[in-house]
Formats: sequence, C-alpha cells, structure tokens
Amino acid sequence: MAELLVWPALLAYGEAAVAYAGNARKPGALGRLATWGVRIGWLTQTALLAGQASRADSFPWSTWAGSLNLFVWLVVGAYLIWGCSPRFRLLGLAVMPFAAALLAVSYFAGGTDAGVGTAWNDVLLVTHVAFTLTAFAGFTVAAGLAALELWEERLLKHHRAGILRLRLPSLLALDRFTVATIAVSLGALTVGLLAVFARLPDHGVDLLMAGTLAAWLLYASVLYLRVRAGRRALAARLALVGFASVLVLQLGLLATHVA
Amino acid sequence: MKLLLIGTSHRLAPVEVRERVAVDPDGAAALATRLAGDGEAVCLSTCNRTEIYLAASDPLGADRRSTETLAELAEIDPADLEPFLYRLEHEAAAAHLFRVAAGLDSLVPGEGEILGQVRTAYERGKVGPLLDRLFSHALHTGKKVRTDTAIAESPGTTSSAAAALAAQVFGDLKGARIAIVGAGKIGRRAARRLTKRGASLSFVANRTETRGRELADELGGETIPLERLVEAAESADILVSSTSSADVVLTKDELARALPARKGRPLLLIDLAVPRDLDPAINELADCYLYDIDDLEAVVHETARGREAEFARAESIAVEEAARFREWLATRDVAPTIASLRERAEAIRRGELAKARPRLAGLSERERNAVESLTSQIVNKLLHEPIVRLKEAAAAEDRRGPENRFEG
Repeated sequence: MAELLVWPALLAYGEAAVAYAGNARKPGALGRLATWGVRIGWLTQTALLAGQASRADSFPWSTWAGSLNLFVWLVVGAYLIWGCSPRFRLLGLAVMPFAAALLAVSYFAGGTDAGVGTAWNDVLLVTHVAFTLTAFAGFTVAAGLAALELWEERLLKHHRAGILRLRLPSLLALDRFTVATIAVSLGALTVGLLAVFARLPDHGVDLLMAGTLAAWLLYASVLYLRVRAGRRALAARLALVGFASVLVLQLGLLATHVA
Repeated sequence: MKLLLIGTSHRLAPVEVRERVAVDPDGAAALATRLAGDGEAVCLSTCNRTEIYLAASDPLGADRRSTETLAELAEIDPADLEPFLYRLEHEAAAAHLFRVAAGLDSLVPGEGEILGQVRTAYERGKVGPLLDRLFSHALHTGKKVRTDTAIAESPGTTSSAAAALAAQVFGDLKGARIAIVGAGKIGRRAARRLTKRGASLSFVANRTETRGRELADELGGETIPLERLVEAAESADILVSSTSSADVVLTKDELARALPARKGRPLLLIDLAVPRDLDPAINELADCYLYDIDDLEAVVHETARGREAEFARAESIAVEEAARFREWLATRDVAPTIASLRERAEAIRRGELAKARPRLAGLSERERNAVESLTSQIVNKLLHEPIVRLKEAAAAEDRRGPENRFEG
C-alpha cells in the first residue's frame, strides 16, 4: 500500500510546480500554495521511502528508477532548507518541475514500488551510492542557486530598471548559499569516494569512478576559486559546468551501477 | 468592550502639532498604562503619527480621557487640538491599523520601519484579549503585504533607489561599509539614507577636509583626501560619489588596483554627480556595479509604474484581513449566547438521560457509553446549524452597524 503514496507526492510536487509558475506572474497566495505543495509532497515522499525501506531486505533503491526516487527526495530536501523563503520562489520554479518530472519517470519505471531492489548487501556500495546521490542532489540545488546568482549579476551589470520588482534574494545571499551547498555536498561526495576506494582491491577502477573523482576536483576548485581567490562569478559558472558533469555521471551511474 | 482609536497623523496635523504629541517608546508605554484603566490600551507614536488604541467598556469616558491627555502632551487646549484628531471605532479602527502596519498610510508608502514600530507599541502596551488579537492580526497583515506584494520595493527617489539597490546586492545592510566622495547635500542625504538602513560610514573623501569632517562627525567614519580613494575602495562595499568636479575622480584602472584586496566581494558604486565622477568603464570590472543618476532615475520610474498596482493589491489584502477581523469581532460578541445555548442543550441532554436511567439499567458499560456518545452527537448536530446562522447573522449585523464612523 505504501507505493500508493507516490500519487499524493506527485500531485503535491506538480501543484507546487504550477503554483510557482503562477506566482512568478502574480506573487502572493500562489507562492504560499507552492510552498505547502513542496512541504506536503516531500513529507509524503518521505513516508513512501520509509515504507519501501521497511519492506526491503537490503538497500531498497538499488534499481536506477529507485535511485532516481531517492535522488528526487534529496533534491527537494536540499531545496526545502531555505526554499520556503518567499525570495527563493524563483528557484522553486526551476527545482519543482524537474523534481515532479523525475519522480514521474521513477514511478513509471517501477522505482516507487516496494521490494523490487536487487539484493545489495555490500555496505560500502550502499554508502557510496547513498552519499554520492546526496552530493549530486546538493550540486543540483547549488547549480540552481548559481544560475540565479549569475542572472541577477547580469541584471545588475546591465542596469535592468525592473530588478527590484523581481524580489530576488540578494546577490551576496545567493553567493553564500551556493558556496555552503557546494561545501556540504563536496563533503558527502568525499565520503562516497572513500567508500568506493575501500572497495578498490576487489573491484578495481572504472571510468565512472574516474569521472566522479574529476567532479570532486572540479567542485573543490570551485570552492578554492570562491573562498581563496575571490573569483565569485567564475566559481558560479564552474558550478554550472559541474552540474553538467553531475548529469553525465548520474546517467552513467544509473546505466552501469544499478539494475 | 468597545474598540476605539483616537489619533493624529501627517494626514491631518502639521509637524508642529505632531512633534508636540509624539512620545518615545517609554512614554508610549506609560501613556498606555495610564489610559487603559480597567481596559486595554496601546499607544503608537512615530514621527508621523500618535495613535491611541483602546478597548474600553466606557468608550465616551475613554475618548474624553485620551483627548485630554493628548492636549496635555501638546500643552494646548483640547478644543484647539480637536481639528487635528481623528476617531475610529470597531472594524474601522482595525482596518486603519491594518493599513498602518502594511505601510499604506505612511508618508512613503510601503516603508518597512512602521511594522517594527507597531510591534514595539504592541509589546509595550497594556493589552488584553481584544487588543492582543487586533495587534497580532495587524502584524500578520503587515508581513503578508510585504511578502505578497512588491510595495516595499518601490523607491520614490534616486537616493532611496540607491539604498534599495544596495540591499539587492548585500541583503541586510548591517555591516556594509560606505565611502562617500563629496560631502555636499546630495552625498549627505545618500549617506543618511544608507546608515538608516544599517550600513556604517567608513570614509568621507572631500576636497576640503573641514566639510568632510562635519559629515564624519555626524555619522562616524574617517576623512581622507581624494588621493586615497583607491585605498577606501579596497574595503568599502558601497561607494557614493557626488562631487562638483569637472573631471572623473576614479578611473577604471585606479579601481582595478583595489580589486585583489576585495577577494570577490561586490562593490556597488553610485554616481550621483553631473558631470559624472566615476569612469563608466568601471562597470566592466568584475564584481563592480556602477549606477549613475540616469540608471537610478530609470529604477524609480520603473518601480513607479508598478507601484499603483502593488498598492492596490496591498490595499485589497488589508481590506480582506479587516473583514476577517470583523468576523472574529462579531462572533466574539455572540460567544456568550453560543456558550449559554450549549450549556442549556447539555443540561437538557443530561436531564433526559437521568430520567431514562432506570430503563437503561440493563445495559452494559459499553452500551451506556454508546448511548452517551450518541446523545452528545445528536445535540451537537442539532446545534451546529443554529450556531453557524447565529455567527453569520452577527457578522452581517456588524457589517450594517451604524457605529463605524470617521471624524476629522
């Protein structure tokens, strides 16, 4: 029965996506409806994941569709940290349609069913996948924040007269949140990589692992550029490049590491 | 208890009158305690208004006492103060407070300071059930208007546009450092506007040191010669220039020298001078955002276009919230009737059950509980409709009520 929870979660995410679009045209009640859609959807999806976990013998999201389900939950969870603030509603417009679409894909591919995962009893593999997915979710949200920051920077540089009416978060707040999200996600990716390095003697290195290591280096350089060298805009652009690499890695992970 | 408002504001009274009845937060708290008597009172006093909100069982007496107190504060005869006073009752008083909290009644519509002032007045007033509800609802309305509309993002002058842009870049301006180049009237005004929003003045660069010193003495900061401007640019967040110089006072190359020390921290440059003080090419530098007077005028013009629509939306939110408060007020009036209706119905139910007890003696504990629950449900269902109708009638009656008047 737990799998039926995907419907209210999908409905709530869909409602949030539509309400965010409406809110962009006419801010107000629709923004609040969107925020509640995100909250309710995320709580429902949490219940769905808990239901799946309680009925599984091992890691319940070991199929590509299952990991997509978990990934959506992590992305929305990361967005929820500050996304409910009215000034971040434009970010919701980017995140929620993406989350709703991915959850729908996961559902149609069977990722929201209970007890369909392949038996993963390797703790290191589970740690690797869980932390890598967490990191990827964080990088996805960081990319949204960086895109918003670069757009706002462009509006300021070009002296767009209507900038105040857009009610965007301040440039400095976006910068701070992007850096903080990348720092936390990089920490999660480090744990994920350490877990996979521990498996090296048995499984060796593959192309995807090398790619993940490259992504780690890229995001580490983003942090270095921003924190040590003070290259804010370049760091934001690299965060977008990093997101592109995350998408490629995510597809590769789904295609090769999960059933 | 009747809700009553007596006050004066920039709409009716000139500054000479307003300043005489204005009190600081401590004075407002003392005034509220003094006027509350056995009721409730809150005194809201800002540079543009002094208003006393009262919940009193004797509205006429409360009105008289408040008028006398305000006249005493102004040190004039109550009759002379009368033309500058307005009085509102019930929902009209509530609707007025909601507009005030939303910034709709302010001299600069949408300004955010008033919400904090309403909160302070509420916290320091003598509040009971009525004013507690009124002021918390007003604060909610003020917040809602600021969240749902862009009324607060509508600067009306170039210096407020500069301050709004600074907030767009830095968020909270607390801790932001300002460098003022040229301590003339325009520079001073901009500096005051920015410091009022929490920024601190770090440098004043002026041709003549005496003039720069005056501004630094007033708002804090260090006076520096124009030659040390690059040094100021290394640590300032906002640089406002308004000299009467015919030449550029800061070039792109000069500013570029200051950038490595800034470590990517944005620098907002506001050029209020004509001819311009700052090299327009500065805008090409990374993390530097240069706005001249035309850019600021464009921001003012653009937000003015949307201001009317935002103002209308904010008004409709205030009206909507006032209607909600009116409904609460109306149902509050019929609450004793509803309570006695429920009590009477409950007494009848219990009486009938007591009479039937001998006939129910054979029932088990579970069956008796079922009968108890069943009779309660029947009574509640029977009462539901009349109670809803009673509340609706009270709200409708309140809407037609003759007592909502506005004087002054």
